[in-house]
Amino acid sequence: MNNNGTILSVNDLKTYFQTEDGVVKAVDGITFTLAKGETLGIVGESGSGKSVTNLSVMRLIPEPPGKIVGGDIIFDGTDVRALSIDEVRKIRGKRIAMIFQDPMTSLNPFLKISTQLMEVTQLHLGHTKQQAYEHAIKMLETVGIPDAKSRVDGYPHEFSGGMRQRVMIAMALSCDPELLIADEPTTALDVTIQAQILELIKDLRERMGTSVILITHDLGVVAGMTDKIIVMYAGKVFEQAPTKELFERPANPYTKGLLKSVPDPAHEQGEPLYQIPGLPPDVAHLPPGCPFAERCDRAEDICRSEYPPFVEINENHHSLCHFAKEVYDGN
Amino acid sequence: MLSFILRRLLLIIPMALLVVTVTWGLIRIAPGNFYISERALPEAVERNIREKYGLDRPWYVQYGKMMWNIVRGDFGNSLKYRGQPVNEIIRRHFPYSATIGILAYLLALLVGLTTGIIAALKQNSPFDYGSMAVSMLGLSVPNFVLGPLLVLVFALWLFWLPPARWGGISSLILPVITLSAIYIAYLARLTRAGMLEVMRSDYIRTARAKGLDEKTVLLKHGLRGGIIPVVSFTGPALASLLAGTVVVEKVFAIPGLGNIFIQSVLNRDEPLILGIVAFLSILVMVFNLLVDISYGFLDPRIRYD
Repeated sequence: MNNNGTILSVNDLKTYFQTEDGVVKAVDGITFTLAKGETLGIVGESGSGKSVTNLSVMRLIPEPPGKIVGGDIIFDGTDVRALSIDEVRKIRGKRIAMIFQDPMTSLNPFLKISTQLMEVTQLHLGHTKQQAYEHAIKMLETVGIPDAKSRVDGYPHEFSGGMRQRVMIAMALSCDPELLIADEPTTALDVTIQAQILELIKDLRERMGTSVILITHDLGVVAGMTDKIIVMYAGKVFEQAPTKELFERPANPYTKGLLKSVPDPAHEQGEPLYQIPGLPPDVAHLPPGCPFAERCDRAEDICRSEYPPFVEINENHHSLCHFAKEVYDGN
Repeated sequence: MLSFILRRLLLIIPMALLVVTVTWGLIRIAPGNFYISERALPEAVERNIREKYGLDRPWYVQYGKMMWNIVRGDFGNSLKYRGQPVNEIIRRHFPYSATIGILAYLLALLVGLTTGIIAALKQNSPFDYGSMAVSMLGLSVPNFVLGPLLVLVFALWLFWLPPARWGGISSLILPVITLSAIYIAYLARLTRAGMLEVMRSDYIRTARAKGLDEKTVLLKHGLRGGIIPVVSFTGPALASLLAGTVVVEKVFAIPGLGNIFIQSVLNRDEPLILGIVAFLSILVMVFNLLVDISYGFLDPRIRYD
């Protein structure tokens, strides 16, 4: 076992989708590592490949049309890509658990909450029905569902959105996983509930010592929660840095744009909120140069003709840009 | 739930009476009459007949009399099969249609559902393409072609099965297959589409992310949602299967209700037409009710009150 404190290391991961429009390189050469107990934020617009990255880690990419075509996924010393599907199933839900974006559709509407919670521990921890049932109640209490004893036999439609996401979290944490992947856990919830759910994840992470990958398109969400951040665009890592540094000194025009488009309450009234012009590119037909060049306010001729280098600003800070250093220095 | 069922059952009565009324009206609007054949009758004879059957009275008297009898469950005697009560005719012929219908229904469920589920699981596999091609064929070949074809092969060439008539289990095989073919095909496609739809949903991804194996994901998490569109089809399908189909009954010379129904229309046998129409409409409504009730068991989000 190779564990010098690293729980997950993803190296040059490539996940492609075969479509009628050609090969979509949803994830194209992603590299990152996650230390035990650490929280990583993955930020990007819709279609930037953040979810696909994490579904790849779980080997949950629907195949066909998708396929992991290259790279390594090393989870706690084990090469996940080399495992048989049965061995992967022993990791799913037990050692790596996932929370999905939409709690309204992620729970099975036809089954009782208790059934859905119990099947995880019965499968992975060998619980008897009775044990699993008691564990389910305990988990619901842990995630703050009031009156868990009577609600455990309810159906998902009898729960509100925030409560359902709590159930999802309870389900994900049932087997005390080493890694929790939260894929936009608050996007479908309203703002007050968002804060509660984030607080809950934060609290449980500290209590259980779980490593967390938090996927979101909302920089405000990752700011207070993560140790480091990956900014993804068009299937590639655009910038990678410790959270504090990324917010203070971004080295990529895209990150800068994202930061500028976060609403600021202190903002001058009447002035419109900044937005990055244009739309994310069609990843099936990427231009030869930088995929962001068309939308970048800093782009020069070289950006449209030449693919940018992955520049090392310092040991922990990298940026995919021809002008990374200049942006970092504030120009 | 109970009050829902009671309400729906009570609703069947006025609905059936409405169906009977409309049918009665249509029979009366159509030209011709049961006693008129090619030859014109002498006027005196016609008058006698009209008097005997009450046709000389105003239409609302006739209608009222008919409805009064029907409400009491009496459809009167057939005009063609002299002296035979309509109820008796239905009771005599329905079991033949029902036997074949139920068997065809079970066969269709068994083969159609299994095929659909396997095809969905192995999407784009040879099995998927093969079964869907066959089911397309099943949908396109009418049963008046399929029936004689089966008779030709299995009765006349191979001598395995009797070509027609009622008698023993072996005589049921060909009509049941003929009758169920189109339902098998349709159910297989419906099941496949339903399952594919469900297996793409978020909660199936959740189930997979829990580490459950494909079989559990499919049977425990996928199946219920996947067969809901199938269920809504099976209620009316069972009703029409039970009612008998003219073609299959003709091809295999089975004395079922479908045959009688068509004959009654050709004969302008008003009481018999009304009796069968009322019977069939009640059948359809009861099965639709059963479908609605089973929704409640399949999907906890549906509650009746």
